[in-house]
Amino acid sequence: MKFTKRIHTHYLITITIVLFSSAVIWLGTAYAQDDSPRIPSDDEVNAIAKKMYCPVCENTPLDVCPTQACTEWRGLISEKLSLGWSEDQIIDFFLEQYGDRVLAMPPARGLNWLMYIIPPLVFIAGAIILFKAFSTWKKPLPVTPIQDTKNVKITVSDPSTEGDPSTEGDPSDEYTQRLEEKLRKM
Amino acid sequence: MIAGIGFGALVITLLVSLYGIGAAVFGARNNDRRWVESGRLAMLLTFPLITISALSLIYMLVTGRFEYEFVSSVTSRSMPVYLRITSLWGGQAGSLVFWSWLLSAFASAVTLRKWDRDQEFLPWVIVVSLATLAFFVSLNVFFENPFRSFWRLPSGDITIAMTRPQLASLFVPRDGRGLNPLLRHPGMIIHPPMLYLGFVSFVIPYAFAIAALITGRTDDRWIRVTRRWSLVAWLFLSLGLILGGRWAYDVLGWGGYWGWDPVEIAAFMPWLTGTAFLHSVMIQEKRGILKRWNMVLIILTYSLVIFGTFLTRSGVLSSVHAFAQSAIGPLFFAFIGLTLIASLALLFNRWDELKSEGVMSSLLSREALFLLNNLLFMGILVVCFWGVIFPLISELVTGQKITVGPPFYERATAPLFAGLLFLMGIAPLAAWRYSTFKTLGRAVWKPFVVSLIAPLIAFISGIRGPAPLLGFWLAAFVACVTLYEFWRGAVARHNRSGESFPIALWHLAGRNRRRYGGYIIHLGVVLMAIGIIGIEIFQTETQGTLAQGGQISLEEYTLTYKSLAVFETEDGRNVARAAISVDKNGNYVGDLHPRRDYYVESQQPMTIPGVRSTWEDDLYVILVDWQPLSSQSATFKVYKNPLVNWLWLGGFIFILGTLVAAWPKRDPQEALLHSGRRVYSPTQA
Amino acid sequence: MSSQPQEAPPQDAQAPSRPRWGWILVWAALLGLLTLLFFGLQRTQQGPVEIGNKAPDFDLTTFDGQVIRLAELKGKVVVLNFWASWCKPCEREAADLEAAWLHYQPSGDVVFLGVDWTDTEKKAEQYLTKFGITYPNGPDLGTRISQAYRTTGVPETYIIDRDGILAYVKFSPFLSIDEIKSAIDPLVEY
Repeated sequence: MKFTKRIHTHYLITITIVLFSSAVIWLGTAYAQDDSPRIPSDDEVNAIAKKMYCPVCENTPLDVCPTQACTEWRGLISEKLSLGWSEDQIIDFFLEQYGDRVLAMPPARGLNWLMYIIPPLVFIAGAIILFKAFSTWKKPLPVTPIQDTKNVKITVSDPSTEGDPSTEGDPSDEYTQRLEEKLRKM
Repeated sequence: MIAGIGFGALVITLLVSLYGIGAAVFGARNNDRRWVESGRLAMLLTFPLITISALSLIYMLVTGRFEYEFVSSVTSRSMPVYLRITSLWGGQAGSLVFWSWLLSAFASAVTLRKWDRDQEFLPWVIVVSLATLAFFVSLNVFFENPFRSFWRLPSGDITIAMTRPQLASLFVPRDGRGLNPLLRHPGMIIHPPMLYLGFVSFVIPYAFAIAALITGRTDDRWIRVTRRWSLVAWLFLSLGLILGGRWAYDVLGWGGYWGWDPVEIAAFMPWLTGTAFLHSVMIQEKRGILKRWNMVLIILTYSLVIFGTFLTRSGVLSSVHAFAQSAIGPLFFAFIGLTLIASLALLFNRWDELKSEGVMSSLLSREALFLLNNLLFMGILVVCFWGVIFPLISELVTGQKITVGPPFYERATAPLFAGLLFLMGIAPLAAWRYSTFKTLGRAVWKPFVVSLIAPLIAFISGIRGPAPLLGFWLAAFVACVTLYEFWRGAVARHNRSGESFPIALWHLAGRNRRRYGGYIIHLGVVLMAIGIIGIEIFQTETQGTLAQGGQISLEEYTLTYKSLAVFETEDGRNVARAAISVDKNGNYVGDLHPRRDYYVESQQPMTIPGVRSTWEDDLYVILVDWQPLSSQSATFKVYKNPLVNWLWLGGFIFILGTLVAAWPKRDPQEALLHSGRRVYSPTQA
Repeated sequence: MSSQPQEAPPQDAQAPSRPRWGWILVWAALLGLLTLLFFGLQRTQQGPVEIGNKAPDFDLTTFDGQVIRLAELKGKVVVLNFWASWCKPCEREAADLEAAWLHYQPSGDVVFLGVDWTDTEKKAEQYLTKFGITYPNGPDLGTRISQAYRTTGVPETYIIDRDGILAYVKFSPFLSIDEIKSAIDPLVEY
């Protein structure tokens, strides 16, 4: 009987110690994880601030804006980063707090769709007009008769302008000028 | 007294302008040369008048007459004389006087040329120039009068008026508010005048275009006459933009040169249409087509100039650049409306007569490629215009303010700019009138192959992104084609005339200034593109707070904070100047001194970066002055901007090329004698 | 020269002169642009909401989580004060505003609302604690309220009468509690 009692006590003590140690270790690691608030570096803050604009001063990015308010916003970014927020979460938060102005590009909703659609549309329209003009102009190698004596182009051959059938050198211009004048006086 | 002279001169200028408009119109309608001549004299008279006004204003500024509200708002006792002169354009009212002065100078210069061949244009050029001048002068006379003084009323309040109100006495402040510190930098001193010169000189080609529309002389005479003017206008505008970028980089302290700020864009838009115009008129001169389009382009350019001025000065947009809100907005609005409606109506009227005289024969001809160039420029214009206008629309419709920032502009315009680079490479090799894939291909393959070296080198040195590789290839391609053109021309000339190669090059450029000047401009653009690719894609930055002796690293650079000196200067600044030593790859390469200047009287801080510039990159360090500064700790922001100095070199070459293109030719007779070319002599006709 | 037309002279081959739809589009776009500029200019010139107009309605969610709607406060005089913790001039009037609130609170006729403009919550709460502010305060979420009133900065105070009409505006800090009272009393008496 004395023997079993001793074993029981040993068991109890061992189990207690084991349980207690595990509890300490488990709790300890849990606390250790919470216990080191990461202070985000300036670069991390700037990387996010760069993508946003100061809600007060127009067209100034948040990472370079020198005002007191902007300094506090960068502090806010730093705080949210240390809480583990992701970049998207932080930007969404700013969007909700301060409005659409905070983003570098208008969010694509509602009227803002026009922002993104109009330029390509106009460009395509321009391209279409251009090609239509081309097709109405386009002719085989022209044998263009001289329709209008006003625009007679005198071409001189000058090797230094090889590859360029007509030049804009002065002598021809001068001659054209005199010709034009004579014709007008007619 | 002096203010009375200045203001009086302005009022007389306005009256003379209105008279000149009337006289010129009357003379044109009744075919009476004398009235037109009277109008011309009126035009010439405006210049000395405005000069008197401007000089009075400058006198007031230099002698520190703070009883005048304008003087008080832009100068102060501590400002040196040269800065007081430049403060003329530091405020709304003064800058309007400056603008009018430049406009009057240019318009007078135009009226002094020989008009024998273009008598019909003269009255209408006078009308348009004087109408614009009258508008700007009336802004000064009625709304933004720089000659008003402070008066203390019996009640004790201070008011501003031109003439003494009843029972009031003149109030002279002890000191002025002083010029905005940002405007005291040398770059900022010449940036506005350059821009104004560019804006103002575009009035001349516009005036001639309107004259052509009114008189029905729809051939390309108006283009030929204003060819050099347009180039000079474009030169100044380009210079103004480049200087603006350089100033922003040097002084604004955010490591960049272009912020896509609405006011920057407002100055950029006329440059876009102006460049398209410069290319497009070459087509009209060579082939007699695109007459309508050229009219549209010059009307657009001039309208965008006025529109940009309106945006900057009316308060419709707010930005770091904009002038304070003022009452001139509505007047500007009326002027823009009038200009656009009148110009379009005139164009509509002459639409049929602006028929093309030739045909476009090939999609790969130089004309076609120039047209494509125009399409791309218009595309960029649409992006810029829409980005500036849309926030306005959004705010009006939804009440919500939005920001349209650089990402929008960069993403939308990057492919368009790339397309323009590509065209710069191909167009010089395409022939006028006719080109096929084969002929073009034959001309292009050699430079194409050679240019592949550039992306190859880039790839080997570690660059993997498709965008920079494409960008470097395009830059190399254009450079190869352009240099090839020079080489071909010089070789041909050398073979024919036996001149040595360098002399041949010189004469080549001298003979075809527009063409080879243009090629030099393209080379400038290539270098600028290289710089832009470097800084936009490969910029890196870091920020950190350092104690004395502390270090911060960015890539291969290590910076050590050595000390901070805080002192006052004579011109009213409190300066905090940090000393930083820089090591590159472990080797000491120099010291940098970023500083924070605090202008005590205007309570404005300015951060001046410390920059180490090499062809490889800029190491750019700023004192982050909104954090407390002391020798114990200071916060620094460090940028590494690769290749950025190629941007400035490219800008320099760009301007050089424009000068070459714009350089006046010798007397034509002399050129004939020296030419040694076969020419059809008039007697043989 | 033969008068027989050769291979389609260029004139005919071109686009018809004065293409109607093109010109209509151009004029329409021009008109649209001018209209836009006109209204934009008007808006710049008009400044904040004018006295005599109906005060724009809004929802304010206070820092305590309450939601207050302006429309529901009809019948009472509403003092709407825009402030921010980083705004130095705001501090000058903070104590006076709180004192005025305490003065009017018993009667129940006047409501004080503080709208915290573009601020951070922590700093805002510090500010409120510092000045012992007890009337409801909330952030201007999305800057919607300030945009509705077209404010141009802080501090600004808008006083709305019992019928919901804007009766008084102040674009700088109040200099004394008497100034506040003299602005509110006439509206309460009515």
